[in-house]
Amino acid sequence: MTGLSVGGIGPADFDIAAGACLGLTGPSGAGKTRLLRAVADLEPHEGECRLDGRPASAMPGPAWRAAVGFVAAESGWWDARVGAHIEMVGDADLDEFGFAPAVRDWSVERLSAGERQRLALLRHLAVGPLVLLLDEPVSHLDADLIGVVIARLAACRQDGMTVIWVDHDGDRLGLVADRIARLDSAGRFSCS
Amino acid sequence: MQLIALTPWDLALAGALVLALAATAWPMRLELARPVLVAAARTVVQLALVGLVLETVFARGSVVWVGAIALAMLLLAGREASARQARRLAGGWSFAGGTLAMFLSSFVTAVLALTIVIQPEPWHAPQYAIPLLGMLLGNTMTGVALGMDRLTSGVGHQRAAIEARLTLGDSAADAIEGLRRDAVRAGMIPTLNAMAAAGIVSLPGMMTGQILAGAPPWEAVKYQILIMFLIAAGTGFGTLTAVWLGVRRLFDDRDRLRLDRLR
Repeated sequence: MTGLSVGGIGPADFDIAAGACLGLTGPSGAGKTRLLRAVADLEPHEGECRLDGRPASAMPGPAWRAAVGFVAAESGWWDARVGAHIEMVGDADLDEFGFAPAVRDWSVERLSAGERQRLALLRHLAVGPLVLLLDEPVSHLDADLIGVVIARLAACRQDGMTVIWVDHDGDRLGLVADRIARLDSAGRFSCS
Repeated sequence: MQLIALTPWDLALAGALVLALAATAWPMRLELARPVLVAAARTVVQLALVGLVLETVFARGSVVWVGAIALAMLLLAGREASARQARRLAGGWSFAGGTLAMFLSSFVTAVLALTIVIQPEPWHAPQYAIPLLGMLLGNTMTGVALGMDRLTSGVGHQRAAIEARLTLGDSAADAIEGLRRDAVRAGMIPTLNAMAAAGIVSLPGMMTGQILAGAPPWEAVKYQILIMFLIAAGTGFGTLTAVWLGVRRLFDDRDRLRLDRLR
């Protein structure tokens, strides 16, 4: 990222190696989510994001977002049935994340916050992004399920997937991230 | 059968019924008397003005006069369609998009009907062109307003769902597919209902008017069918165009959802 800024947040300059995990933390309202949205090219921003040296502007928006997936803190659902959202997710992946195949027939309304969080992550992993942007990805999960998610992401990183993980819990970031970046309350970015 | 001309006394008698309604509502504190009287006064003044204008246009009959009236009707319809939306596209885009959609659908449909189907002499004869365009614009305006209102209000409510699809690599067109379908359907519902109920629940207004004016019922039926088909086509194409333009404006060239373009 070079000079990435959005709405007075940033500028952020950093590089992440393939398979690495950058943790991003900071006080509530500092702009962590907006910075992730800018990396995902979900809103207009200043600066340049590159993937393997190729600038985002050289790729169509949808192609960039397929390669740089963004898992929102509150996931969105466009169909009443769960199955419509996880067509590309295999039964083995569902089982790993604690779901029976019958979850495909459930109504989205029936899902708890934690179930939504896990399913939203699975549907993004099924797309096979090169970079995954995670906004508070385990905030509704218990310790066991957090372990499952971290183990799965570690396996994906072994295969070369890069992760940017936003979390208000600095201790957790210390466990999962190779480097920690921080946004202060004024939106200033710093990276260790 | 001849048209029975109404005298001022005939209208005064009908007006007395409205006064009776207001007088009945007044002591009941229904807050109905004043709105009824104001609406009745507006009806008289507005229709009298339209009558004066139409008398002039009919007398002159030139394409310039018909075009000027048509343009005024189009701009007023565009303003009304924009005003009926709870959330509008900023920068006058709701007015511009709705007006362009109505121009493309209503005007094209009206000109096709006048030149190919009805074929009055001349084709822009105001007795045919203005009522036809008025009915088309009135219905298309409702369709455009309902469709755009559903689109612009729905896009705020469904932002998370639309952006979830975008984050998975879907295009803007795919991400908003469901809402676009709902918006077009919302715009078409009044027309579809009117077509389904035509002649069963009530006699359509134009057909009733023609029968009152002395036309044989079968001729009135044929005109009504023609008008309903034209309205369906005009409203459908108008709503499709307006919603398509609205969707184009709600996303940018990077397929990003731009809610900052709404107000």
